[in-house]
Amino acid sequence: MAPAVRAAQAQAQPQEPSADRRLSTLVRHLLPSSPRRTAEADTSATLESFPTMASQQGSSVFATLAQAPEDPILGVTVAYNKDPSPVKVNLGVGAYRTEEGKPLVLNVVRRAEQMLINNPSRVKEYLPITGLAEFNKLSAKLIFGADSPAIQENRVATVQCLSGTGSLRVGGEFLARHYHERTIYIPQPTWGNHPKVFTLSGLTVKSYRYYDPATRGLDFKGLLEDLSSAPLGSIVLLHACAHNPTGVDPTIDQWEQIRQLMRSKSLLPFFDSAYQGFASGSLDKDAQSVRMFVADGGELLMAQSYAKNMGLYGERVGALSIVCGSADVAVKVESQLKLVIRPMYSNPPLHGASIVATILKDSEMFNEWTLELKAMADRIISMRQQLFDALKSRGTPGDWSHIIKQIGMFTFTGLNSEQVAFMRQEYHIYMTSDGRISMAGLSMRTVPHLADAIHAAVTQLK
Amino acid sequence: MASWFGHVEPAPKDPILGVTEAFLADPSPDKVNVGVGAYRDDNGQPVVLECVREAERRIAGSMNMEYLPMGGSVKMIDESLKLAYGEDSDFIKDKRIAAVQALSGTGACRLFADFQKRFLPDTQIYIPTPTWANHHNIWRDAHVPQRTFTYYHPESRGLDFSGLMDDIKNAPDGSFFLLHACAHNPTGVDPSEEQWREISHQFKVKKHFPFFDMAYQGFASGDPERDAKAIHIFLEDGHQVGCAQSYAKNLGLYGQRAGCLSVLCDDEMQAVAVKSQLQQLARPMYSNPPLHGALIVSTILSDPELKTLWLKEVKGMADRIIGMRKALKENLEELGSPLSWEHITNQIGMFCYSGMTPEQVDRLTKEFHIYMTRNGRISMAGVTTGNVAYLANAIHEVTKSN
Repeated sequence: MAPAVRAAQAQAQPQEPSADRRLSTLVRHLLPSSPRRTAEADTSATLESFPTMASQQGSSVFATLAQAPEDPILGVTVAYNKDPSPVKVNLGVGAYRTEEGKPLVLNVVRRAEQMLINNPSRVKEYLPITGLAEFNKLSAKLIFGADSPAIQENRVATVQCLSGTGSLRVGGEFLARHYHERTIYIPQPTWGNHPKVFTLSGLTVKSYRYYDPATRGLDFKGLLEDLSSAPLGSIVLLHACAHNPTGVDPTIDQWEQIRQLMRSKSLLPFFDSAYQGFASGSLDKDAQSVRMFVADGGELLMAQSYAKNMGLYGERVGALSIVCGSADVAVKVESQLKLVIRPMYSNPPLHGASIVATILKDSEMFNEWTLELKAMADRIISMRQQLFDALKSRGTPGDWSHIIKQIGMFTFTGLNSEQVAFMRQEYHIYMTSDGRISMAGLSMRTVPHLADAIHAAVTQLK
Repeated sequence: MASWFGHVEPAPKDPILGVTEAFLADPSPDKVNVGVGAYRDDNGQPVVLECVREAERRIAGSMNMEYLPMGGSVKMIDESLKLAYGEDSDFIKDKRIAAVQALSGTGACRLFADFQKRFLPDTQIYIPTPTWANHHNIWRDAHVPQRTFTYYHPESRGLDFSGLMDDIKNAPDGSFFLLHACAHNPTGVDPSEEQWREISHQFKVKKHFPFFDMAYQGFASGDPERDAKAIHIFLEDGHQVGCAQSYAKNLGLYGQRAGCLSVLCDDEMQAVAVKSQLQQLARPMYSNPPLHGALIVSTILSDPELKTLWLKEVKGMADRIIGMRKALKENLEELGSPLSWEHITNQIGMFCYSGMTPEQVDRLTKEFHIYMTRNGRISMAGVTTGNVAYLANAIHEVTKSN
């Protein structure tokens, strides 16, 4: 077996450009004992059960296990990294980049980290199962507002979790065990990992209409209809701001209508807040939707992430808050959250939460953070404007105003998967196949290249 | 105010972590915490290793904080595999090991349990009696049925080897077993090398799958190579093992949640497939593992100078504990205890399974402000030259009428 062929097979992925697809097909025919490649995303559909016995000495019990497909989002960066082209642009993963295309560690984060490292009395002991207490309190205040009645009345149970993903998972598992409804409604479309998180939590996932491809805006009528026909008490996932992947958010008036409808049907809100401060540049403005729901006295779940707004991506910092009807209930709820967490990872990681707490509790550092956060949000807003202007000046067919109407890190371009593949192959531009681009990956230098690529894709492929 | 969660019951406190909570709440100046398994120096203080502090100085300011891949830090994984499987392991050279960075030992076990559930849904896990309480929670939450196998022999406070071998023989062929690689938690009772060889042989006959939980490599004897001996015996016998590694104790990285899960496969292609599936389980749980602990581990283990420093420091911790075992036993003997305390020095690692009853433990707490788990497990790391006499005296008081 030629090593090159084996290597190619090991690297072959379902969404490669056509040349690589041909190669991996050829390779599959050459290797009689090759593991099956599963088709598209859903791994749960193609599992086999195996005899528990290894049939012979040295033969693994996992012998016929198939390789999983690349994660559609993280797989984009994997493909990008392999591309040798000097003009390649990564608009895949939603991680902020500077104008120079570099990742950014906020100054205030560096300062906080330095303070921690220079403090000889700091230790690395296990955090409690619920995480760093100070971090939890400060996080609740950040999202709900320091004067929030729910906080004043001790009705909020907050646990530190592994960024947004971990908060969603812990919340989902808690609901599957303790809530009377097992169905969660998620917007169409939503972040690719949402369905898997909730399914593995033990919930049934359904969707509600959200994005209208015709207007590239909110399908508000469809949203209200779908939520109206959901069974009483169903769980509803809401993106607090800067909807991922579309960048389309309800207006404040629309949020109010959504709130009224949901409360009238006892639908339980589960907010995912991954972009507080990052969307508009204002922490309070980006929390308005959430605070409206808290203000009416009802219950909700809130998954918070510091990956983007503090640039703490890899440190996995987040929090799950459950706003409960009473302080007593909050205490019991917190105790049950511990039972979900302990058999998953025992207690959460220390480093990132310590950084966040250091910043949030110091008013000078907090202010510095808000300035750096606004600068990131402003750069993204200016990239939106520049891309829009560039397409306009090229006379690219179509209405591109959604680029400046949408908010947050992502733009849902409206490009189809063929156009996306074309742009990858011919222009070395990497984005997820749903046409989502991360504006954070753009710079003044790369906007023209992207505009050229979009123009070519739209005019050459319909 | 009405609530959808009004019916939620308050959960029972975690038996282990609840002990420290109670300890912290106790105002007595004599209080002693020999509950949770976290190392303390001879002043009863938590320790950050020098090699860790140095690694942190090097890391700070130089790295960005981007997402790690779903499978975690490749460098950290490489170093972890060398540590567990041997620097010159052919399995590493042949790329036959599927490995991902995990959230310490708990996270590694949980990923494996979820993996077992998804790909071998008809299997169960055999767990030793007793074991770390959270093992049961982990496989339960993964919905993998559990059985237990005989391990501890209360009368001798040692290994019930014949009971163990019987259970291995009587389990259906191809069963999955959880084995503590060294420094069994909570008993501190490990099989001898000869016994491990017999266990491995019987596993071959029965075609069982060995899953090793290695939370104390280096911490048990002071020598990481020696502490991985059981795994190496199984590997030499041709077993394809699974292994959960934790850096909580041996690198003192408790709160950083640094660990590694590995599965030895038939070949590289299979290892790639298995790793990809492990990643699919991590993605909906936490997307990708935390960066900081991984950077510390890989910085230390890949730098010869820092690694040498680490080996010295981990031996220092192990030696202190071995010294405290000796001191506790001698104190009890000097007090004229009617009981045998040989097991204190026969057992190895952080814990001593004292043989005390829950009622005796309760007395220790109420009368002497000594905190430990009610199964009589003493965390030797909490014993110091300053409190060993007090501890021995208290134990003597509650057990002398036995």
